[in-house]
Amino acid sequence: MIEWSQHLPVLQVVVPLIVAPIIVLFRNKNIAWFLATATAFFSLYTSIELLTIVQESGPIDYAIGNWERHVGIVYHIDIANAYILTIVSAVSAFVFPYSYHSIQQEIPEYKLHHFYAALVLCLTGLLGIAATGDAFNVFVFLEISSLSTYALVAMGDKPGKPPRASLAAYRYLIMGTIGGTFILLGIGFLYMMTGTLNMAELSEKLPALSDTSTVRAAFAFITVGASIKLALFPVHTWLPNIYTHAPNVVSAFLSSTATKVSYYVLLRAMYTLFGAALAAQALQLKLLIGPMALVAIFLGSFNAIKQTNIKKILAFSSVAQIGYMVLGLSMNNLDGLTGGLIHLFNHALMKGGLFMAVGCMFYRYQSVELSDLKGVGRTMPFTTFAFVLGGLGLIGVPLTAGFISKWYLVLGAFEADVWWLAILILIASLMAVMYIFKVIETAYFQEPNTDIEVSEAPLSMLVPTYALVLASVYFGIFTEPMLGAAREAAEMFLSAGGM
Amino acid sequence: MNILLATSTTAMSGEGVYNYGLVIFLMMTGLYLVLAKGNMIKSVIGLNIFQVSVIMFYVSMGRVEHGTAPILLEQDLPHHDSEHGHDNHDDSEDHGLLQTRSDVALASTADGNHDADGGTDSDVHPQAHPEDTEANSPSLHTVDGRTAYSNPLPHVLMLTAIVVGVATTALALALVVRIREYYETIEEDIVDAIENRLQKEEAQS
Repeated sequence: MIEWSQHLPVLQVVVPLIVAPIIVLFRNKNIAWFLATATAFFSLYTSIELLTIVQESGPIDYAIGNWERHVGIVYHIDIANAYILTIVSAVSAFVFPYSYHSIQQEIPEYKLHHFYAALVLCLTGLLGIAATGDAFNVFVFLEISSLSTYALVAMGDKPGKPPRASLAAYRYLIMGTIGGTFILLGIGFLYMMTGTLNMAELSEKLPALSDTSTVRAAFAFITVGASIKLALFPVHTWLPNIYTHAPNVVSAFLSSTATKVSYYVLLRAMYTLFGAALAAQALQLKLLIGPMALVAIFLGSFNAIKQTNIKKILAFSSVAQIGYMVLGLSMNNLDGLTGGLIHLFNHALMKGGLFMAVGCMFYRYQSVELSDLKGVGRTMPFTTFAFVLGGLGLIGVPLTAGFISKWYLVLGAFEADVWWLAILILIASLMAVMYIFKVIETAYFQEPNTDIEVSEAPLSMLVPTYALVLASVYFGIFTEPMLGAAREAAEMFLSAGGM
Repeated sequence: MNILLATSTTAMSGEGVYNYGLVIFLMMTGLYLVLAKGNMIKSVIGLNIFQVSVIMFYVSMGRVEHGTAPILLEQDLPHHDSEHGHDNHDDSEDHGLLQTRSDVALASTADGNHDADGGTDSDVHPQAHPEDTEANSPSLHTVDGRTAYSNPLPHVLMLTAIVVGVATTALALALVVRIREYYETIEEDIVDAIENRLQKEEAQS
């Protein structure tokens, strides 16, 4: 009898990959929803199992088909991979149950099973990127997740209305494909120089080659490609429209998973592949990535304040939050990187919860414009309270998870001897107060429209929303489990380059 | 069991790098089309050219000078002389394939080390000398008495990339069709103008 827990690393990816076509075959919305949700819970189970195994007994290498690492594909699960896998699968385990009512209202019934198939494929891609230890495999899974993302977003169009979701998806497709192809080209350069695609082997061989222009070009291409996928400042333009026009479920899912996985790709490229190889890398982090992250924080927050569409507010706030994560990376020290990694988890919980709360409002009001949502705090008290809790997290109020990440970012700033960065982080948090309060003001202090009857959102939507939002408060008070994992991952990246 | 498998760049010198010029030209053409053209179909075409340039880059990377298609030649099979019985023959062939697999791995590993030394490997893979080739079956594909095969791995990788490219193009065209159905144009400028007007009207109502 085979010890089946040995195969968890590959099952994690293969099970959703197989479930996706099965969903299409059934052509039934309930079965589709059930299979997708079951898959998400299975992924959550395996990733938590993997996280425990990795924390107890170190990294796992799973050679697919028992081929050696020079020849075959190896899945490498260490603390960072397991951490990202847990985040992605945990968010989907909450978002998929929530989707049942929410998506039925937004997508015609005959498309629902396709929707779930694409959603599960997207999950496959994201989990695959996080699980694999093979550079080319990263590209393949990146494209699987991207292609399904474009389709998912484009489903947000309503017949007879302007196809803004399709337009956003088209523009994201153009940028995303350029980003993906850049990564492919970078991987090609690396293969040319080393003759291997295995990340562990690459990180062993690259230090000796760091002076060659080929390796430098590879570094540039992979960094730019990952930044496009991450939506870092100059290449963030696709993100706001994607989050605004996609179906609510998709916004919640993407905002808390897709950019997180891209951040992981950037970390792997910077530390594992090139960390030891590029001596000037520390300098580049400070001079190039740091300022971009700062611009992203302020530009995102400023744009968020200007918007009147709640989804757009949250989307621009995402641009800012990505800035925080990359700022943590640019400090290149333990506290900063821990801050970036823990913010990745916290932001996934908060932004997922916020988008789900907005989805509840949309479910009743059919609009996410602030002018239509006057007095929503009285008609939908529970939903609005969830939004407030999530919003407090975004601001970084103590006892929420957002406070922990900002605390570590500030510590990292002091450790890197850039005290003024701490002040900038505080100013940016005040800008978050402004855009969150704008929503709260409309929700609580304006008279509701009396001509429409509105009640609370269905329980199947409220429960997952509260689960995510309360989790963000829980992890703000009992920080240890995830903070410990984030710190271990940061230590691993900074010390051994991560392999 | 001497199988030479290397990436072409190591054997490349001077006139051998024209493929990079071609790739760079194609890639820049593609990027220019994507960035400069307001017509969505032209952008998609540009995107395609851009992807194809990377595919050509990988394919030319896998070429080995004097290399043949990566299908094991009969002369490289162990004990291919007819003295062996049939029963034995099968076994040895199996063994040979296994051997090949690890040799491939070793060759590609060793190749990286050559690069690490920073030199071009023209000494390592010189032109085929007639006196070096084994008397058994002289071939055009031998270097230093070993059969040279092109590296199949980049080619295999590109199968995946081609599939990705087809899917991307199909999806992009489908989206353009949907955009055209509503706006009745595929020029991005005009779509933007219509969008601005619509949003103003929505804000007023």
